[in-house]
Amino acid sequence: MSIIVVAEHDNNALKTSTLNTVTAALQLGDEVSLLVAGSDSGAAATAAASIAGVAKALHADAPHYEHALAEELAPLVVACGAGASHILAPANTFGKNLLPRVAALLDVDMVSDIIKVESADTFVRPIYAGNAMARVRSKDKLKIISVRSTNFAAAATTGGPGVVESIDAAPPVGLSAFLSQEGAETERPELSSARVVISGGRGFGSGDNFKMLEDIADKLGAAIGASRAAVDAGYVLNDYQVGQTGKIVAPDLYIAVGISGAIQHLAGMKESKVIVAINKDEEAPIFEVADYGLVADLFQALPELSAALDRLPAN
Amino acid sequence: MVVSHLRKCDKGLPNSPRTEIMVYSCALSRFRSVERDSMKIVTPIKRVVDFNVRIRVKQDGSGVETANVKMSMNPFCEIAVEEATRIKEAGQAEEIIAVTVGGGQCQDILRTALAMGADRAILIETDVETQPLAIAKLLRAIIEKEGAELVILGKQAIDGDNNQTGQMLAALLGRAQATFASKVEFTDAGLKVTREVDGGLETIAVKMPAIVTTDLRLNEPRYVKLPNIMKAKKKPLEVLTPDELGVNIEPGVETLDIAEPPARPPGVKVADVSELVDKLRNEAKVI
Repeated sequence: MSIIVVAEHDNNALKTSTLNTVTAALQLGDEVSLLVAGSDSGAAATAAASIAGVAKALHADAPHYEHALAEELAPLVVACGAGASHILAPANTFGKNLLPRVAALLDVDMVSDIIKVESADTFVRPIYAGNAMARVRSKDKLKIISVRSTNFAAAATTGGPGVVESIDAAPPVGLSAFLSQEGAETERPELSSARVVISGGRGFGSGDNFKMLEDIADKLGAAIGASRAAVDAGYVLNDYQVGQTGKIVAPDLYIAVGISGAIQHLAGMKESKVIVAINKDEEAPIFEVADYGLVADLFQALPELSAALDRLPAN
Repeated sequence: MVVSHLRKCDKGLPNSPRTEIMVYSCALSRFRSVERDSMKIVTPIKRVVDFNVRIRVKQDGSGVETANVKMSMNPFCEIAVEEATRIKEAGQAEEIIAVTVGGGQCQDILRTALAMGADRAILIETDVETQPLAIAKLLRAIIEKEGAELVILGKQAIDGDNNQTGQMLAALLGRAQATFASKVEFTDAGLKVTREVDGGLETIAVKMPAIVTTDLRLNEPRYVKLPNIMKAKKKPLEVLTPDELGVNIEPGVETLDIAEPPARPPGVKVADVSELVDKLRNEAKVI
């Protein structure tokens, strides 16, 4: 059984999602190779080869791999993975964009967004925004799987064999080109892997009010998230969105402020260990999933919370 | 129309003279000759349990209850039909063909698409629960037959949450894919598409012909007006079968069973912020 994990990285460092995907891969078999395709991406390949449990990193370096365009990466993944038993990638916008293209080129049905490995061919995955769990079995010889990062612990970044094998890049396809990227620059932890997440919804009323979350996020070392309604209203950019079609998070502590709790939002956060809801509407569906609910006006509760955190003795 | 496109020839292309960009630029000339106002758009759509319905898992674990449940067009598909309609209204396309795969009852969402702005519809009729790859193969057959240059479809259906069909279709047709689109603009080179990605908003250029998958913020679908519903009844709706299209739809992934997600234990209401902080520190031990 030879297993390929397609690494997500920024040409320099690996994304945490890659480490979670390696853990899922190691539950399928022990011959796991990481495919690192990038441009000037030697550092990422070295990091991949040092992950505990992997056999080696396969490294393809070419300018057309710089921005992880699916049209460019797919032929390379096909070439590397054609003889493998499994090909995996994280079930985020990187893997969702790439893996189905690979699967179709290899004429294989794909299994999306697995949360559990039952055996080498049987997996559990959420459907209907997490309101049902499907157990599925892949009958294809080659299995192509995207992995929900929050359900698999991150593999250790050290202890691997350090073997990097250079492989040839596939020729450029040229169907698409990267133009630009706009994203929020932040010093805070990455939303998908943060230990604490504090999210705001439409209850904030404006982008300026939404900034009230920053002070508390800093005190808790939290990442900031948002409901779809808050993103639609323009309070924050889409990269903050938690939900069925945004990011899936499962932190130790999730604090939902001014979020009513639409099904599609719950789908993105209800696996969190502890959920706190602060909302002035006591009928809000968010309270159904909250471990601790506080019915209060957020404009009063947040300054109080900030002051209370200041008074809290260090652990 | 074509002339004005020629004038803005390099709009949307990056300045950097990288290899892949040069390859990209070389192929522009092919698209310039295409008369865009004669373009056909295919919008594949899916019938799903309405997004407002709280679903119930069947007792025997065989699936999700769909009998006597309100069914609708998948919300992402509505956005796709709306986008296609706006492109046609802007004079940049000649015809919109809505396509779905499923049982005879799926005609209702095709009629909705026709009322929104599609010109004709195709039902590929089957009672088999098709997987995304089989659907992509059926769609490829339609798109090749129709000679459609642009395909706009939802990024995922809210039942299976697979998020696969558009990317698979692009692979089968050897076309560019612009997934999770929140903005689509025409350029002389093809399309300039803003995508919703984990890191924020990514803008890419893709060559035509292309596949676009829609994200939620691409547009707000229109309400269908009664006269348009009446007109839609007269628009052509063709019924085909997978056999007629020569496509094998046998699934490679089988569903063994479907279960309820584990329930969360009920929570408590706290009286004020100090009680909340106390519980988080001393009971849950998370701060």
